[in-house]
Amino acid sequence: MNGVHDMGGMHGMGPIQPEKNEPVFHAPWEGRLFALRRAAGAWRKWNIDTTRHEVELVPPAEYLRLSYFARQFVAFLETLVKSGLVTSTEIETGTPAAGQPKLNPPLTAEKAAELVAKGVPTSRDVKVAARFQTGQRVRARNMHPVGHTRLPRYVRGKTGVVHRDHGVFVFPDTNAHFLGENPQHVYSVRFAARELWGQQAAPLDSVYVDMWDDYLDAA
Amino acid sequence: MTTTRRDFLATALTAAGAAATPGMTAHQHDHEHEHQAVPSDFALRVKSLESLLVEKGLVDRAALDALVDAYEHKIGPRNGARVVARAWADPSYKRRLLTDADSAIAELGYGGMQGEHMVVVENTPAVHNIVVCTLCSCYPWPVLGLPPVWYKSAPYRSRAVIDPRGVLREFGLQLPETVEVRVWDSTAELRYLVLPERPAGSEKLSEEELAALVTRDSMVGVGNAIPPGQEARS
Repeated sequence: MNGVHDMGGMHGMGPIQPEKNEPVFHAPWEGRLFALRRAAGAWRKWNIDTTRHEVELVPPAEYLRLSYFARQFVAFLETLVKSGLVTSTEIETGTPAAGQPKLNPPLTAEKAAELVAKGVPTSRDVKVAARFQTGQRVRARNMHPVGHTRLPRYVRGKTGVVHRDHGVFVFPDTNAHFLGENPQHVYSVRFAARELWGQQAAPLDSVYVDMWDDYLDAA
Repeated sequence: MTTTRRDFLATALTAAGAAATPGMTAHQHDHEHEHQAVPSDFALRVKSLESLLVEKGLVDRAALDALVDAYEHKIGPRNGARVVARAWADPSYKRRLLTDADSAIAELGYGGMQGEHMVVVENTPAVHNIVVCTLCSCYPWPVLGLPPVWYKSAPYRSRAVIDPRGVLREFGLQLPETVEVRVWDSTAELRYLVLPERPAGSEKLSEEELAALVTRDSMVGVGNAIPPGQEARS
């Protein structure tokens, strides 16, 4: 979706404000929320693309106003209710609905350590033909899906060169909406900065964007 | 479904404090009153959600504690600094790191969540690399820990791709036009680590001493490694 989250190239967002000796979490609730999202994710009712899309759906004015963890909280509540794991009434009252047996959490402390150490790979060991070769000129498709996509607006319609084939990965545009993993090749594509931004860009500079087969045409 | 969505946001946002950029939106006035009560309320809402999920048997508190502890105390940029120091000290390790980052990083015992597919890019006198995620906040957790607020914020995400040299100047790095700047936008599941240039005068240092020269910012590409003898300034 053409949301405010897709902010590459926008102006007016103000100065970058690094913080000296920044803590990992600025308040305990940020850490608890971070952990809750991973622990609830172990029910496998959604995937990483679903959760990213849910954050994109936070209304734009709120998206910009809220901190990172505040946005995550809003999105997490939506994800929980849509998945059926909790109801909005339960969230409002803070109490489980009557008559439900207590479940067994899939993520124990031991499994949490395993999750941290191994992660959740999104590469897929399946044979899928690569549509492009390293060194080939490609053009990013000029498309504007209303759902989730990882094709940023600033490259759409622009021409670049395939720098590297990363192999086969789950396709977020379908996976986010539970329409299948649709595994396909992901390439690192090099765009000259002047192709993206015109003559104001420095002549030698470039932007490398990781792109799935379905985002590209031969140029 | 549509009504629950709006109700939900209304409820959640009443508590939603931590304004990312004060003065950014027209909503500020409307929410001014709520803002004052925000921090404790927000903490309460997450606490209440945690209790609910624990009571339903959806999550296990010990698992939550383990996750917080891992990212608060165990995983952070010192991991990445050890990877960089090893690459500076051992040319064959550096070759492996640049061609197969996952297994080279695993040699030092690092890897996992949000670093399942790693790529390492090398700074040289002719090339400077800088990493961003314009669409969200993707960052290589196993080697750098969780990202700082500035990395997740609109100013950095919007400008890193269109004005990387301006961004670098803001971080105190002035690069001549003869140096090629490469921006890596983390739009897929590849996670990028910059291998900064080894500072002059570090030839005789041990790997541990080298690691002390490697800052988080230098591995994101918004800084350089610290010259030997100036570590206290990091």
